[in-house]
Parts: sequence; C-alpha cells; structure tokens
Amino acid sequence: MEHIVIIGNGISGITAARHIRKLSDKKITIISAESNYFFSRTALMYVYMGHMKFEHTQPYENWFWKKNRLDLVNGYVSKVDTANKKLILKSSEEIKYDKLIIATGSKSNKFGWPGQDLKGVQGLYSKQDLELLEANAPNSEVCKRAVIVGGGLIGIELAEMLRSREIPVTFLVRETSFWNGVLPKGESRMINEHILEHHIDLKLDTNLKEIISDEKGWAKAVVTDKGETIPCTVVGLTAGVTPNIDFLKGSGIETGKGVKVNNFLETNIADVYAIGDCAEQHDAIGSRRPVEAVWYTGRMMGEALAQTICGNKRAYNPGHWFNSAKFLDIEYQTYGWVFSEKSKKDQEQHFHWRHPKEKICVTIAFHKDTKQFLGINTFGIRMRHEILDRWLTEKRNMDYVMEYLKDANFDPEFYAQYEENIVSHYNSLYSANIASRKKSWKRIFSNI
Amino acid sequence: MQIIKKIGLFIFLIGLAIFTILPFIGEFKVTPATLDQIIQEKGISSELFIQRMEENVVGKEFQGMLSLSPKITQILEEANAQHRKDKDYKKLIYTGPHDMAAAVGKASGSGFVLENKGLMWFLTFGLGILGSLLFIIPNIVLLGKKGIKNNGIYHENATNRGWIAWMVFVFLVSFYLVLYFRSEYAVNWTYLVDPISEFLSGNPAGHWFVYGFMYCTVMTVMAVRMYIKYRHNMYQMVRTTSVLFFQIVFAFLIPEIMVRLQMPYYDFKNAFPLDYDFFFQWNLKSLMNSGGIGLFILVWGIVLTLVIVPVMVYFFGKRWYCSWVCGCGGLAETLGDPYRQHSSKSLFSWKVERWLVHGVLVFAVAMTLMTLYSFFTDSGTVLGLKTQSVQNTYSLLIGAFFAGVIGTGFYPIFGNRVWCRFGCPLAAYLGFVQRFKSRFRITTNGGQCISCGNCSTYCEQGIDVRAYAQKGENIIRSSCVGCGICSAVCPRGVLKLENGPLKGRINPTEILLGNDVDLMDLVNKK
Repeated sequence: MEHIVIIGNGISGITAARHIRKLSDKKITIISAESNYFFSRTALMYVYMGHMKFEHTQPYENWFWKKNRLDLVNGYVSKVDTANKKLILKSSEEIKYDKLIIATGSKSNKFGWPGQDLKGVQGLYSKQDLELLEANAPNSEVCKRAVIVGGGLIGIELAEMLRSREIPVTFLVRETSFWNGVLPKGESRMINEHILEHHIDLKLDTNLKEIISDEKGWAKAVVTDKGETIPCTVVGLTAGVTPNIDFLKGSGIETGKGVKVNNFLETNIADVYAIGDCAEQHDAIGSRRPVEAVWYTGRMMGEALAQTICGNKRAYNPGHWFNSAKFLDIEYQTYGWVFSEKSKKDQEQHFHWRHPKEKICVTIAFHKDTKQFLGINTFGIRMRHEILDRWLTEKRNMDYVMEYLKDANFDPEFYAQYEENIVSHYNSLYSANIASRKKSWKRIFSNI
Repeated sequence: MQIIKKIGLFIFLIGLAIFTILPFIGEFKVTPATLDQIIQEKGISSELFIQRMEENVVGKEFQGMLSLSPKITQILEEANAQHRKDKDYKKLIYTGPHDMAAAVGKASGSGFVLENKGLMWFLTFGLGILGSLLFIIPNIVLLGKKGIKNNGIYHENATNRGWIAWMVFVFLVSFYLVLYFRSEYAVNWTYLVDPISEFLSGNPAGHWFVYGFMYCTVMTVMAVRMYIKYRHNMYQMVRTTSVLFFQIVFAFLIPEIMVRLQMPYYDFKNAFPLDYDFFFQWNLKSLMNSGGIGLFILVWGIVLTLVIVPVMVYFFGKRWYCSWVCGCGGLAETLGDPYRQHSSKSLFSWKVERWLVHGVLVFAVAMTLMTLYSFFTDSGTVLGLKTQSVQNTYSLLIGAFFAGVIGTGFYPIFGNRVWCRFGCPLAAYLGFVQRFKSRFRITTNGGQCISCGNCSTYCEQGIDVRAYAQKGENIIRSSCVGCGICSAVCPRGVLKLENGPLKGRINPTEILLGNDVDLMDLVNKK
C-alpha cells in the first residue's frame, strides 16, 4: 500500500489527508510537533480572549483520526532524505514514505532587530506562541504594557487580544496609515480611527530600532526610530510570516522564500509536494503572490493535490481572489482585486462610499475605460460570495453591479441596508441614473 | 462603573437571600374556620382526617412551614392509609399531601410577611430587579464599541462551570423541586404577588402564579442584558422583543385575564404536544363546558398544531416558534444566554439527542392516543395499561423533571436548551418539517469559513455548525431553532439565516467556492 506522509497538521495537510482518504485506501501518516490534533490556527486569539477553549478550535473530535485511518505522529522532522525516501525525526525515529507532502506552514518574521530573541519577545502564530502569551501576559498586573511591531492582520489581532485583558498596547506601524499597502486610503483611515477608539496607542510611520533587555534577559523597553523609548513587558513581533522550511536544508529540495513548486504543487524532487503557506509558486497565478499565506488557499491546494496523488492529475488553479478579516469590531470582506494606491495600476479606478456615522464603508474597483467590475472591499457589510464570484466571471460592469447590489448583500435579517445610499452616491459622483433593484431570490439562485 | 456593578450584585444577592429564606419563616395559625373552608373546598369526608387536624393542628401556632407541613402530610397519609385498610374508599382524600399543606398554609399564614406584602415584594423581587439592572446596565459603557463581546466567558467562574455555576444549578434545581413537589414551601412567595394576582384575575396567587410572574420578570431583566450585548444586531433585538412579548402577553396576562372573565385558563401560543395535557379528559371537559370560548380554544388548539405550526415552519423554519414565540425558548434565550456555550457538540450527544427527543414525541403521541381512546370509549385502560398512570408518568417524568428541573436547572452545566434539544416533543415535530419541507436554511457563504469554531461553540442546540460551514454546505438541521447567534459570532460573515427556494437548499459540497471551477464541477456534481 502506498504510504503518503504529510509533514504538518494544519489546514493544508489535513485537507489533503482527508481528500486522499475519500479517494483512496492509501496509508496516510501526518506528522506534527505543534499539536496532537488539527486545530484552527485562526481561532487561537479567541482562546486567549476567553471566547473559546482550546478544544473548541479542533474541528474534528479525537476519534475521527483513527476511524479514518489517519495516523498521527507527534514529532519534529529534522531531516528529509529524498534519496532513500525517508524522514528522520528529532527523536531519531525514521519514517519511510512513498509520497511526501510538505505542509509546514509559516513562522513569524524577525528582521534582525537587536533584542529580538529576548524573553518576553514573541510572535503569534503557533499553539506554543499562545501558551507563551498566556504566560507572559496573563493580565495587566504582570504585563504593564505590550508593544506590537508590525501593522498587519496578526498585529491587530494581537492588539485586540491584549486589550481584552485591559493590557495597555502600543502599536508600531511602519506605514503612514494602517495596512495601506493593501487597503485603499479611505478604508485604511477608517481602521486607524477604530484602532484609536479601542484605546490602542497607534504609532504610525514608526519602526522598531531595538528592544532593550533588563538584567535577567527580559525585554523591558523598545526604542523606535523616532528616538522614543517605550517601557514594556511584552513585545509582539507581527511583521508578517515566512515559510517554515529550515529543516529542508541539504535535502536537495529546491527552496526560495518557500518550497518551490510548479502548478501541480510538485517540487523539483519526484514524489515530493508542497502546499499551503510554505509553498512558493515558480510563477505567480494571476495577481496572487507566489507565497500565499491564507487559510483557504492552503485548503484549496490540499483539495487539488489530493486529486493528483490519487491519480487524477490537476493543477492548482484557484478561481477569483477573495478574503476576509476582522479588525476589532469591523468585519472586512474582499472579492476580486481592489489594490491600494501604492500598488494599483492606472486603469483601476475606485468608487468609495462611507457611512456618515457608523464604521461602515465600501470600495469598488473598476476599469477606468470599460467600467468593468474588478473587485470590492466591504467593511461592516457582509457580501454574498457566490454573487460576486459570478459577477467577476461574467465580467459585469459598474452599472450592473450598482443596479443589482442588493442581491449581493449577506447581512443578517433586519439589518439596515445601505445599497440605496451607495447607489445614489455613485449616481451623484458619476452623473449616472441607476435605480437599485429589489433583491431577487430567482437571480441569486439562478445557477442551481 | 465597576463599582455600580458591584453594588448591583450586592443588592441582587440581598434580594435573593431574603427570597430564599422566605420558605422557612412565617407564622401559621389554623383556625377552625380555615379548616371548615378547606373541608368545603376539597370536599373532604374523612372524619379521621378532620378529627386529627382538630387535635393536632387547629388552634396551634406553627413557626415556619417546616413545622406545619409534616403534621398535615402525616395526618393525611395516615388517614388515607386507614381508609384503604378499611376499604372505605369513599373517604379517601385525593388532594396530594403537599398540596393540602399548601392550601392550609396559604389560608392560615399570619405575621410580618402577610401584613407587609408590598414591602416584602420590594425586598425580594424589587431588590432582585434593581440589583440586576444595576449589574447589567453599566455594560453599555463597559462593553465598549458595539460588536460581539464574548471576552472572558471561559475565564469567568460563572460561565465556565465554576462554583458559581454549580451554586446557580443547585438553586435552580431546588427551586423547581419546591415548585413541582413541595408547593407548601412556596406559600410565603405567593403572598408577595397576591396583590398582582388579585388585580389580574381576582384570585389570590398560587405557586404557579409566582412562577409565571417570576418567569416574566427574569425574562424582562435578562432581555435588557440581551439588548445591550447584541445592540449591533437587529435580528437579536427584534427576536428578543418578540419572545418577551409572547411570554408576557400570551403566557402570562391573557390567561389570567381570561380567568377573571370566567373563561378557561389558556395560553394561545402553547401548542400540543408541548402542551401535553391539552387532550386530557379534565381539559376537554372544561373546554366543552365553557361555551363558545371553550369550543374556540378546542378548535384553535387543534388547528395550531396541525396547520399553523407546520405551515409557519415551512415558510420561516421552526425558529418562528422556538426562538420567537415559545416560553421555554424565551427563557433559554434570555436567562440562558450566558450558558449557551455549554451544549455538547459531540457526535455522541447528537445520537442521544435523536433517540431522546423522538422518544418523547412518540411517548406524547401514544399517551394522547390512549387518552382520546379512553375519552371516547369511557374505558380507563388501553391494552391493559391504565391511561391515568401513563398520564401521571408523563407528567412526572417529562412535564416536571425533564422540562422543569433538568430543562432549566441544568442551564449552567449543560447549556440553555437541554429541554428544547433533548426533550421537547413539539421541537421534534417541528424538526421533521424543518428538515424535510421548509424554506429555512443557514446559508454558508462560499469559501469564506476559516474553521475558527465560534459558531459551534455558541450554538445552544449543540449543532457542529462549523462542520457544515467549512465544507461550504448550508446548515439544514431539524434541531436548529434559528436563534441567529452563529451568524452573529462569525468573524468572517459566513452564516446567514434565510428563507429561500427549496431547490438547492441542501447542497453538500466537497470542494468550496473559490477553487478551480472544473475541479468543483468534477467533485461536487459526482
């Protein structure tokens, strides 16, 4: 029986394993040093905040693995011997494989800051990071102040977590406005305001210079490039993540930033594949980045690779880009491509609407000349994935999107609806005369 | 703000303490006139009982129900035992010993509580309401910006099965045990609400009036908490208002006012088989003897169960009843909201749930068929089973223990829908309709789920919502009561409760939206 070995029990590895099991009877082994069972990394913040217990982050009950003959090994792979098709674990145990899937995810970036390895300095990625944070910042008595370095999604989550325990937080953000490498300026500005509403000491356009140690090797303050010294107990390094592939050195597997793969998620070595955060595409797909550290792309790669492994060779060929996040109390969804001012091309034009009082806004990107709908960002409004995906496929234009915007609303029942306001704002900006159509179940479910 | 909360908690605890002490205090003096009145009301013909009451109870002063109740129950039981021994069945007293003690107690109380009903109401209910509101209202400020605020739920003793949760458990279970089985200890409580009862129905309050009043009070106070906690979520605001309205108006006020108008006591929204004694002989007889209104109720009750309930479930899902109208649901959604996360999501619990809830439905229907057979044929037994004992068994096991003691008492430990999920026969019936023929579903938003598990954790019905959401599959489950909390707690906007066309409502998927279109076609349409 063919033995499939998967390194990493995150969403990518587990999805691949589940789908291989659905399609075949192969022997499947999953190795992880992080946790005994698959858990949802995205939910770690809720454990610290007391919304859930760690066990709630595990999507499958513990009996699931044995029942589905998915062998779990708790161990750390220290070496991959591709010539002999075997793995050597830290415990010096050896595991032979017929096909190997590398799905080891990411680790937190450290950019060589002085003091980055002091005690009290940590990232937020793994279960161990969560346990460390629980030890370092259990409450505001122990942790007088935390400084977070890096204004991305993990940074703002860490800030929210610490604030849930009333710990004062200073948030150092390199950019001049929060996440404005990704978000257009109107949205970025709104999130700046919201961060301040949560009593987070947001310092924009500020870099970390060094972390100062006390006599016992613990961080006691950070120094910024503005010359300010901020006393603190905990330093959170959340300046992005990078593929977790150090253990592959000397294995002959080609790596760049991540494990280099082709469209079929194959590495340069036969029978070795890489998926999820740790994989790096030779050629980026569409406007996607070569390394996509996103939950659902990991899942999709797992889905695609399982087909290949089971004899139905398929390229990883994702559809339209989408994503979501939550900035403190504000939900964010994106479908298609809406680029920030920093990265957008000339033909991409933006239509922006913001609620006069609430923290709600919408940005729609369209082609300047053809008016083709390119993508949408919503804050505080939920959108229906299926509809937007369909509009992107059908290459609808702005007039159409505005007219049928109500079909795309996914907010809970009885919520205030803003489509009329959005459309009238659009009409006034572009001297258009579009009337918003009533939501139609028939249109929404027309493809079923 | 924290200080106001602490003061509120302190005041609440004082009110609760006084309320808890009441069953044990008070003076009772049974006069000959009281005894005569009881003999009249209950139609007692046992001289033995009367004689022994006169010897041991009448004219004596009792300090607290603890000293009076054992006397009365003992006399009654001994009298009945003697009559049975003598085969003197005509003299048997059919009023239960504890109901007798309650009746005697209610008519013979004296002293401070009785003379100061208003003051005592304030010191119990009043302080309770005031304290809880002081505890709850500062959250408008303390919770900060509107949004989901579940911070610390698993750090707090009270909401994480700590000792406070166990104390609440003990209190609630004891309260229900008193209510169902030792109603004489509720006599002092009834005095507190006598003025309200007399105002509404013209009668002094019984222990069920205390319960009804308390139910409405607790729901109102906890609805304030819901309004504050979910103030960003219109669905929760509207729904909470709806359950509160139906409890206060339909379950509490209308039946009391109907009594005042010489009509039968009836809760128009309480549908059979949740209202399991609707077809009991005594109820049918009482309805038939109540003229036009009785007949109307009879027809309404049947139409409600057979037509209105399933048709509404077809259009809106069972949520229209379970989390918008029902009293049990109403309490669960207000008082029970802080405990919703305790419902077990394991596959094992689901198996237990299906056997139990459907078992109760079968039990309820079988009992009702027996009842109707007995009613129309005038025979007390069906296939050798005594209809009366089957009814008694159901009332005790399901009506009292399951729905009351376990259903509410176990909130802090097993979550707020224990009864609705494992026991309610109406929920089982609505579940069939919802599962097989309804426009209701919880739509999963394409590929957006990140498997975080907030939805499953906060599902009061123990549905593993995430298991569906992470597969891009709509949630179609018979047990879903449509409370809407999964959608509220979802950080990524994945879930939406909606009513739509039947076609494509159930949509099992293997590959989620966002992946290769060809691959989705290949795998999902197989």
